[in-house]
Amino acid sequence: MNTVVAQLQRQFQDYIVSLYQQGFLDNQFTELRNLQDEGTPDFVSEVVSLFFDDCAKLINNMSRSLEQPENVDFKQVDSGVHQLKGSSSSVGARRVKNVCISFKECCDVHNREGCLRCLQQVDYEYKMLKTKLEDLFKLEQRILQAGGTIPQVDIK
Amino acid sequence: MTRDIAEDVPNLAESKLTALVVDDNFVNQSIHHKLLDRLGIQNDVVCNGKEAVDVHCSGRNYDFILMDMDMPVMNGIQATKTLREMGIECKIAGVTTRADEGEKKEFMEAGLNDFQEKPLTISKLLSILHKLNFYVQT
Repeated sequence: MNTVVAQLQRQFQDYIVSLYQQGFLDNQFTELRNLQDEGTPDFVSEVVSLFFDDCAKLINNMSRSLEQPENVDFKQVDSGVHQLKGSSSSVGARRVKNVCISFKECCDVHNREGCLRCLQQVDYEYKMLKTKLEDLFKLEQRILQAGGTIPQVDIK
Repeated sequence: MTRDIAEDVPNLAESKLTALVVDDNFVNQSIHHKLLDRLGIQNDVVCNGKEAVDVHCSGRNYDFILMDMDMPVMNGIQATKTLREMGIECKIAGVTTRADEGEKKEFMEAGLNDFQEKPLTISKLLSILHKLNFYVQT
């Protein structure tokens, strides 16, 4: 049992470190993990779930705004990008946030093609992160079910 | 289950501070609410500047307000101005991802006591509380 727990904990540590190293996550995600406690054991998964819902909704809205080449509402798109940048920054979704920075630049110069590329990229990045975090949370559950505790990982 | 960092974070529950979180984004609402909870600060959450004004009109008061800038219906700048015109003197800290100096100046001039860039963290929140004279940093 202890060997199983130790193996799972090691797997968890390696996986979460890789997410930071590959730029999926930044220190803000660490802040969220540090806020989670016994009273709110699902805090992180609940917040990221809200974030992913936000992503889906905002991307859908921006997609509609960018649909007609002659009639793009860049103000609407800019508002969506701003919101997405804000929430991605708040959860530590580094890659998503970085795409938003480029997205805003395209928006500022009314570059519809650039915006469409960024939209595609941000859609890809949030879905990728969602899969990665689902795997991370599953690992956490396996550790807990095996009777272990979630290791605190020091990210340098 | 998770690391207990109680020893790293001050508990301000004894000071019985109350706060209002004003933000239209559900992610930020959750995080700001939790940050305040962690510090032992009782807090309510509203979704825009108009709701912040309405809650004060209903007679509620808070020691401080965390005010987002960009919100629908009534933004943070307008809400701050309105609250000050109503005679609400509690501390208001603006929080926003917008770092443009002009926008920051406009927000401060609306009546803020402090300003922090998002994303908020425990240390940024403690810095706000210190600036607003609610907490002495050691």
